[in-house]
Amino acid sequence: MTTLQTVFEKARAENRSALVGYLPAGFPSKDGAVAAATAMVEAGCDVIEIGLPYSDPLMDGPTIQDAVHRSLLNGTRISDVMRTVEGVAASGAATLVMTYWNPVDRYGAERFARDLASAGGAGTITPDLTPEESGPWLAASKEAGIDTVFLVAPSSPDERISRVASCCTGFVYAASLMGVTGARESVGSAAEGLVKRTRSHTSLPVCVGLGVGNGRQAAEVAAYADGVIVGSAFIRRLLDAPDEKTGLAEVRELAYELARGVRR
Amino acid sequence: MTDSVHREERTTGAEGVLITSADLAGGGVRGDDPDIRGKFGVFGGRYVPEALIPALDEVAAEYEKAKTDLGFIREFDHLLRTYAGRPTTITEVPRFAEQAGGARLLLKREDLTHTGAHKINNVLGQALLTKRLGKTRVIAETGAGQHGVATATAAALMGLECVIYMGAVDCERQALNVARMKLLGATVVPVTNGSQTLKDAINEAFRDWVTNVDRTHYLFGTVAGPHPFPEIVRDFARIIGVEARRQVLELTGRLPDAVAAAVGGGSNAIGIFHAFLDDENVQLHGYEAGGRGAENGEHALTLTKGSIGVLHGSRTYVLQDEEGQTIESHSISAGLDYPGVGPEHAWLKDSGRAVYHGVTDAEAMEAFSLLARTEGIIPAIESSHALAGALKLGRELGPEATILVNLSGRGDKDMGTAMKYFNL
Repeated sequence: MTTLQTVFEKARAENRSALVGYLPAGFPSKDGAVAAATAMVEAGCDVIEIGLPYSDPLMDGPTIQDAVHRSLLNGTRISDVMRTVEGVAASGAATLVMTYWNPVDRYGAERFARDLASAGGAGTITPDLTPEESGPWLAASKEAGIDTVFLVAPSSPDERISRVASCCTGFVYAASLMGVTGARESVGSAAEGLVKRTRSHTSLPVCVGLGVGNGRQAAEVAAYADGVIVGSAFIRRLLDAPDEKTGLAEVRELAYELARGVRR
Repeated sequence: MTDSVHREERTTGAEGVLITSADLAGGGVRGDDPDIRGKFGVFGGRYVPEALIPALDEVAAEYEKAKTDLGFIREFDHLLRTYAGRPTTITEVPRFAEQAGGARLLLKREDLTHTGAHKINNVLGQALLTKRLGKTRVIAETGAGQHGVATATAAALMGLECVIYMGAVDCERQALNVARMKLLGATVVPVTNGSQTLKDAINEAFRDWVTNVDRTHYLFGTVAGPHPFPEIVRDFARIIGVEARRQVLELTGRLPDAVAAAVGGGSNAIGIFHAFLDDENVQLHGYEAGGRGAENGEHALTLTKGSIGVLHGSRTYVLQDEEGQTIESHSISAGLDYPGVGPEHAWLKDSGRAVYHGVTDAEAMEAFSLLARTEGIIPAIESSHALAGALKLGRELGPEATILVNLSGRGDKDMGTAMKYFNL
């Protein structure tokens, strides 16, 4: 298993930011997700976040909602998520699961952490789990030896940033703007300040997500962040493609472009 | 009775509820707060994106100040009296009660408030809070359209911009309420993702809030959601029970034997239950939507058939499958058609202080028509679940019993459904 620590050490040694790509499990199909994520890794993604499809994704914009909805209609289950992680981890990327809290809560925190570790997963990102409620998850993750990534936002005051960062291992996820997931014309101007504020509370790498969709934006963010997170733009390529094969080529193309961006 | 345990737990961190003039007139009961993290026992809390935490903290802090601020309380009181039409009366319904084994049934007439449902109490309080927060825009979710209409009403009254999220399916089945909201100056956004009903409208409202939080208050419509909403909405709704408790005492010389209310998200039920929590001999009964019956899975029996999980920012009972995916609910009443429930109800259930039951579509519609024919009152289909429950409860408790029922809203909005159901 590749750990987040290895990834960021390697990126730092190469004097660049890490590239993090997101895809939900079961989209565009169960095998298609593994193929697409593998293509993303081959083209330069260092970390892959596999989304666990959930019926009520209240942090996600229309693109990810659409993909997740299709995935659920495809019958994606948690066992499929674990299989997807296994497949993607084999490509050599550090592989995370991004999940809303309820599916983990229902599955059982300890069981989830254990199963994810056995599948070769490196950790989780939990966008609606607050530090106040995170006790059982931090314990289970520590026990299983996986990382826990939480989010900070431009609205977060310093004491919240400090509190969230103290729950994180691996990296801290900085949301670039106030809003839901989705590619945008420009990355929020608040992002750089947030990264700076976050750094004053932690020595962990800080990665920026929300709104990044092309190589130019990736380069812009890479100038001040340890990692650049891209999700909706990959999904858009898959949604717009006439078939999976074309979608795969498009995804690979975008990953190349972003990988060049983080190396500029 | 587990009440002593219950009482001890719920006083953790208590600083008291908002006390209105109705409390003072009735010799008010001591209130209780969730603890500092917004927990009712193991229920409640906050499961939301970190971006929203400062906004929730801001609302909680402002509400803490407002609830002991005489100016705020006077303004709220004044609006309740001169705008909402409080106090609402209680009405005894002897002809209807003939079907309840001769028990004495008293209806708390929230249907007589302005806009025709109990929702007006909460929206007036939260609209005042919005102004205190210095925000100029409110958003809200709505299922049947009642909370949307109430929010649009309060926004019009106070000059706030108003956007209502409503499932596209609900927009169609409640077209009249969509027109009312538009007339009141609100923008109605049909939500076309997911099941296109109340739960998806809530998701969409949260997405709007996280994007526009600097100038927007999310005027949440029920006692669910992340802390502090379950506490705030309860406090603005609890005047229902405070008034009713005094009115029943005046009329009958004693407290009722039982209080009955319908439960969707649970705001009207908490509103009438809360003043009776410390009256150990008063039974509290909540009635959920049994839809087409518990057996075939088409229902909204969150407390009676659901399991503990997290939905819309709060730990509570939820309709979910074994992997934690939300199961869509069903009810003939759009206002009860919700797969979650307020965390305080989850707590009242587990502590045994309140008991929850299911009432099917058919039982509710029978009570709906019976009240109309025997008493000349057309209730909301939501409230008809409580009426149907009270009929059963009366037969159990016997002719000596007095039952207070929350008639939470009027049935004008349900005429389309009634026409179809009864072939009128």
